[in-house]
Amino acid sequence: MTAPTIAFATFRELQDTAGPEFVAELVDAFLEEAPLMLAELRDARATSNADSFRRAAHSLKSNSQTFGAMALGALARDLELRGLAASAANDDAALDALDAAYAQAAADLKALCHG
Amino acid sequence: MAEPGAYLLVVDDNKVNRLLLTRSLEIQGHRVASAQNGRVALEMLRAAAGAQSASGAFDLLLLDMEMPEMDGFQVLEQLVADRALRDLPVIVTSSLEGIANVVRCIELGAEDYLAKPVNPVLLKARIGASLEKKRLRDQQKELVRRFATSEVAQDMAQSGFALGGRRVHGSVMFSDIRGFTAMVESQSPEETIELLNTYYTLMFDAISDHGGVVNQMIGDGLMAIFGAPLPLPDHAASAVRAALAMIEMIELFNLERVAAGKEPIRIGIGIASGEMVAGYTGTQQRATYTCIGDTVNLAARLEAHTKVAQRAILVDAATRSALGESLAVEALGAVPFKGKSASVEVFSIGLTQQP
Repeated sequence: MTAPTIAFATFRELQDTAGPEFVAELVDAFLEEAPLMLAELRDARATSNADSFRRAAHSLKSNSQTFGAMALGALARDLELRGLAASAANDDAALDALDAAYAQAAADLKALCHG
Repeated sequence: MAEPGAYLLVVDDNKVNRLLLTRSLEIQGHRVASAQNGRVALEMLRAAAGAQSASGAFDLLLLDMEMPEMDGFQVLEQLVADRALRDLPVIVTSSLEGIANVVRCIELGAEDYLAKPVNPVLLKARIGASLEKKRLRDQQKELVRRFATSEVAQDMAQSGFALGGRRVHGSVMFSDIRGFTAMVESQSPEETIELLNTYYTLMFDAISDHGGVVNQMIGDGLMAIFGAPLPLPDHAASAVRAALAMIEMIELFNLERVAAGKEPIRIGIGIASGEMVAGYTGTQQRATYTCIGDTVNLAARLEAHTKVAQRAILVDAATRSALGESLAVEALGAVPFKGKSASVEVFSIGLTQQP
């Protein structure tokens, strides 16, 4: 079983301390919530709401780090620190990269829990 | 170590964080409630701290910073301004960017800061330390409430707690039971405890009825202050009236004791008035309200001298001069006391009871 986007040691430690069944529930919660955060980022971009943008990026970063989804976390952190970019095109590119990283991380997390 | 069964509130807008933190804390044996933003958290805290809620007040708050509606900084500001919630320990759990934000949390009164993802071992240690600190603070508040009456509690609530003293004018009273040691040896420990409890209840009533504050109890002895922490205009006369009320209560109590076939008890009381330094002494975690100075030492000497003089109540000249002519006062002359360079004029008040 390989999960290239997930830092396995982090994920394993989470399972050890909280219990594998609970972590499976936690991943399910994340898979429900994360798409909302990604949507919120795009909404915030569209409405130029810097607070909402920063908060959604922050939340996504925080959860990614919990599960060891390092690439996703790094992209989210970058958006949090940078805030809304001057040009929408730059944000759109970053958000596309974030969506792609999430898709991979989500698949890997599912595999780790249920595989 | 963490106390089992502490009641914690987790505040985080992010569901995954909320679930995980709740889980970690439950594994560590705590009861946990959660809120999804600062506004809801404050409502829950106020409801639990207010009228006797079934679940009791929260022992500790775990607070996220980045939240919609009301963020963690605003929660911290509201807590400091709320007398009922000011002492609630807060541990910030966040993945804030920048040391300045962490510093701001601490400056706003957060007890500690834990970076997310929260390490469970660190979490346990920090919560244990915070709960222990809270326990000591609660214990002190309880001690103040129980032993120092509402005046000191009020003083603390208004001026806050700070070690250090200030000069005040007041009267100090020492009192103890004559022949207590012999009495302890001749009766069962249960009887002694019961006697002490009754004795203290009677003495506390007499003292607080006259505006005094009992601040120390040692075995059968007690120390009371009149005029601190809150000023008392006629502190000397109040102390003497309290002393007379104490003697009267002991006499009533003795009627019961004699009727039950027990030995009557006698007390000796010493009172001195003047300047003293009053304040909280001890450590930040545990302190007591007390007074120190020559006036206090003299009151203790006068109390001890009641045995020699065979009088129930002895006072110094400063106390005597505040009494006017309404009471029967007997001048006993100058007495040399240990630790005093000059002899001290001693006066006996009221009845010439004893031995």
